[in-house]
Amino acid sequence: MSTNTTATLSQSFRAKPNSMQEDITNDATSESSEHSQHITIGENILENAKFTTRNVNVYYGEKQAIFDVSLDIDHNEVIALIGPSGCGKSTYLRTLNRMNDTISNCRVTGDFLLDNEDIYSKKMDPVLLRARVGMVFQKPNPFPKSIYDNVAYGPRLHGLARTNSELDEIVITSLEKAGLFKEVKDRLNEPGTGLSGGQQQRLCIARTIAVSPEVILMDEPASALDPIATAIIEELIDELRENFTIAIVTHSMQQAARVSQRTAYFHLGKIIEVGETSQIFTNPRHQLTENYITGKFG
Amino acid sequence: MNNETPLGGHISKRFDNELEDIRNKVLTMGGLVETQLNNGILALMESDSAIAQQVSSEDYKINAMEVEIDSQCVEILARRQPAASDLRLIVAIIKTITDLERIGDQAEKLGRFELELIDEGSTSTQYAKLEHLGKLVSKMLGNALNSFARLDDAVALKTIKKNKKVNDEYEALMRQLITLMMEDPRTIKNALRVSWCARALERVGDHAINICEYVLFLKHGKDVRHIAYKEVKKQLSF
Repeated sequence: MSTNTTATLSQSFRAKPNSMQEDITNDATSESSEHSQHITIGENILENAKFTTRNVNVYYGEKQAIFDVSLDIDHNEVIALIGPSGCGKSTYLRTLNRMNDTISNCRVTGDFLLDNEDIYSKKMDPVLLRARVGMVFQKPNPFPKSIYDNVAYGPRLHGLARTNSELDEIVITSLEKAGLFKEVKDRLNEPGTGLSGGQQQRLCIARTIAVSPEVILMDEPASALDPIATAIIEELIDELRENFTIAIVTHSMQQAARVSQRTAYFHLGKIIEVGETSQIFTNPRHQLTENYITGKFG
Repeated sequence: MNNETPLGGHISKRFDNELEDIRNKVLTMGGLVETQLNNGILALMESDSAIAQQVSSEDYKINAMEVEIDSQCVEILARRQPAASDLRLIVAIIKTITDLERIGDQAEKLGRFELELIDEGSTSTQYAKLEHLGKLVSKMLGNALNSFARLDDAVALKTIKKNKKVNDEYEALMRQLITLMMEDPRTIKNALRVSWCARALERVGDHAINICEYVLFLKHGKDVRHIAYKEVKKQLSF
């Protein structure tokens, strides 16, 4: 093959799009050119899901941050929410335990059903909701209290333990589940803020699971940690899946690929594509998903 | 969407360059393999010992390219952790160059057997006409390489369909050679050599088809190996 041919072939290689993907792309993007009805590609709707959300719109004042998002989260799955900064994935995550309630100009519409129960109904107590749907943040944020009290705080608040020994047990089991107990068992009364970053994050996870939540929301839980601490957290997420349903927002695509069973790709406040994680990372159906995970211009 | 799916266009320009570089090397290697195969066939047809000698001594170049491209692919896997079409490109390349290297081996065999035939004072054409099979698989390899270069799934699919023709031709040649050997056992030694050449050519066809299957995988994200042709067509909605 001569160099000339190679050059022309190379050009056509670059210019030739995946015809199948192109079809899908055209379908989807012609819809999304305006903020009207948006179609998500893939399996965003499930039967008998743990969490069902439909037509979610979120506004900060005049500005709309989420457009008509519908997504279901299955029992005992880890779903990863990925997308560029400002795509609305964290905003969406925060609607799941009504964290946005605390932001005065934030307005949320849509249906949110946790085990078929409307979490935005007047009957729902947000404090109780947040015990059922726990959250772990990007930066470890232990209370300025002892390690023990950090974990015991929730159970005390919700009256989960009748005696001190019951409380001890909850604290120990939670620390064990978070993979932290061995490291801190001799210093439970020392301040939680004295732990390393990775340990603090696991303390926050222990604090979250101490109130026996059903769902755990994680907003970039490992982005401030080194690779070892990250690996420990990821291993933990895998173990926690047995008992909890987990939604994780992450900027690390490798992390999403490693820990989740399903992945949802957010772009400009919409869910573009949802699918099995293995499919999303080997053969995404939407051009925007492809561009994001391969690191191309959007 | 109007902007298409180029394999370039990464935010990292260097990544674009690395992928382009690897791809060009695969095409160069493909060109080399094609030349080797065509020379191997030519040596058989013309009983040309000089060309046969050249074919059997040039295979090392192909082997060296395989090693080089492989190591570049490993480096990209380690450093870039490619995903989606990038991942499929790297996987397809790693597999394609294995098949290219094997085709190189088959071409080398053609040269080697031809030299042995010449030593015996004989030619392949005395036993069977390999020309047709040779042309067929040479064209298949050319098309496989074109389909890889242009990501042309239609050409890939057309090439896969040629498998039956190659098999039929090979079976016919074998029947012919077996008849010869039964008629005159003194022909066995050389007729076997010719049958190995036929076998080598048939294998080239198989490798060319493998490459086409990798192209379909790269383009559609679907693994179409070990699936009947009709089913492949259906799965890719052709």
